[in-house]
Amino acid sequence: MAILVYTESEQGKFKKIAFEVASYARAIADDNNTTVTAVCINAESPMDLESYGVDKILNISSPDLTTFNALSYSQSILQAAENEKSNIVVISSSADSRYLAPLLAVKLNAGYVSNACELPSSYKPLTIKRTAFTNKAFENVQVNTENVLISLAKNSFSINEVKSSTSVEEFSVTIVENDTKVISVEKATDKVTIADADTVVSAGRGLKGPENWGMIEELAEVLGAATACSKPVSDLGWRPHGEHVGQTGKPVATNLYIAIGISGAIQHLAGINSSKVKVVINTDPDAPFFKAADYGVVGDAFEVVPELINKLKTFKAQN
Amino acid sequence: MKIIVCISHVPDTTSKINFTEENTKFDRNGVQFVINPNDEFGLTRAMWFKEKQGASVDVINVGLSDTESTLRKALAIGADKAIRIDMSPENGYNVATQLASYIKSGNYDLVIAGRESIDYNGGMVPGMIAALNNSNFINNCISLDIEGAKVTAAREIDGGRETIESSTPLVIGAQKGLVEESDLRIPNMRGIMMARKKQLEVIPAIESINQTNSIKFEKPIPKGEVTLVSADNLDELINLLHNEAKVI
Repeated sequence: MAILVYTESEQGKFKKIAFEVASYARAIADDNNTTVTAVCINAESPMDLESYGVDKILNISSPDLTTFNALSYSQSILQAAENEKSNIVVISSSADSRYLAPLLAVKLNAGYVSNACELPSSYKPLTIKRTAFTNKAFENVQVNTENVLISLAKNSFSINEVKSSTSVEEFSVTIVENDTKVISVEKATDKVTIADADTVVSAGRGLKGPENWGMIEELAEVLGAATACSKPVSDLGWRPHGEHVGQTGKPVATNLYIAIGISGAIQHLAGINSSKVKVVINTDPDAPFFKAADYGVVGDAFEVVPELINKLKTFKAQN
Repeated sequence: MKIIVCISHVPDTTSKINFTEENTKFDRNGVQFVINPNDEFGLTRAMWFKEKQGASVDVINVGLSDTESTLRKALAIGADKAIRIDMSPENGYNVATQLASYIKSGNYDLVIAGRESIDYNGGMVPGMIAALNNSNFINNCISLDIEGAKVTAAREIDGGRETIESSTPLVIGAQKGLVEESDLRIPNMRGIMMARKKQLEVIPAIESINQTNSIKFEKPIPKGEVTLVSADNLDELINLLHNEAKVI
């Protein structure tokens, strides 16, 4: 009956979202007077989870699970859920988790709620709020099945540090071989990804050309941020698709989103709606982005951004 | 190669989102419906398979008769045949069970569905079809080549891409990158005329369970006014971000 939570790691290290989902599972467990079991796959130090309210860890170590495979990982989580007799399974909204989720939901015979953004408002039946229409609205969903799979939207639940007396159990799983195999992975290891970032610095056509992105990257570096861009910029090939933010690109749910030279098309604004604080820098005071932003600077990016970088460097040196 | 592309009928990306009947129903008033953009990237890739490798391309939708205009558009773009499963879908699982049942009987080599629809953003349908039919599945697919039963594909991951090998029968979750925005096709007059003669088969829905129900919609709380900071006083911006917003 424990609440099962899949705590993701990368290269053996827990991602920040692992602690978000663990905290969220803890809150659900408290609502239901039950315990939290975390399942982790090839994590180096599973006990890192003891600070986030996890009672028990099912630790899976397997050379067959070194690279992510949606089917094998969903089988592993399924076996953990069966072992714990869990009716509620919680995962994150990372690309990997949302890849395995529908496979897991079918095998678990669970109603699946993706992009959940709050704790369930009731449990019998379970009702829960999720984002829909690319953050232009919320949908309250009632789950009619006994089992429920919830994927938690990024940055929608605060990490809560609670010390537990956590036990670790080595857990072995049976993986049925499948035909889908990862051959190679290309990933810039020195850059913060949009998925992991607390801050995103994003730029649009106002930058006039790809050669002007140096200052955007520098600003991102000063802030420890990921870089992103508007749709026209990715369509023009100035920046890679993976950076495109908006309705047909990536949603961005960060603490701070800085938009530079982006006018603020409705599709772009929808994509960043879940970000907590939005700053816009644009020469045009009538740009729609000013209506969606918390803070705005009317000015030329080529003057404002370099100065902001200098001032932030001074600020960072002092704080 | 036999391909089927699952088409979702969704509000255009510029639509204002409103609700009716005490916020229980999406307000269709004045909303223009289009092929879900993620499905359209997939449909375009399917057209290339048709033109270069002689594939047949069917399109399918779960919906009531109002969705037929969207299926006709897919036919005008070049699909061979359209199927509409006659039901008003309640949720992603609903749609996936209907699609999976039809697809299984049709022996398709490749099933293409958008990685998510831009209305409900469930991200459920392609993976659930794969799970229900025990097919291989590649989500967030940004490159796809098929020779015989051998599949080489790429998936967008957080911060990069991975190259994947797999085999048919395969389901992919399509998205931008599979083809470029500039590759998308606008139906021409000849296409539209031909589409009128193509088959649009309407089939009854099978029985399926409602695992979830949508009960009520809400709109985000309107945002307060923007705080403007002078470009000559960026120290003030840093001060606000640090002391007021507490994000740096």
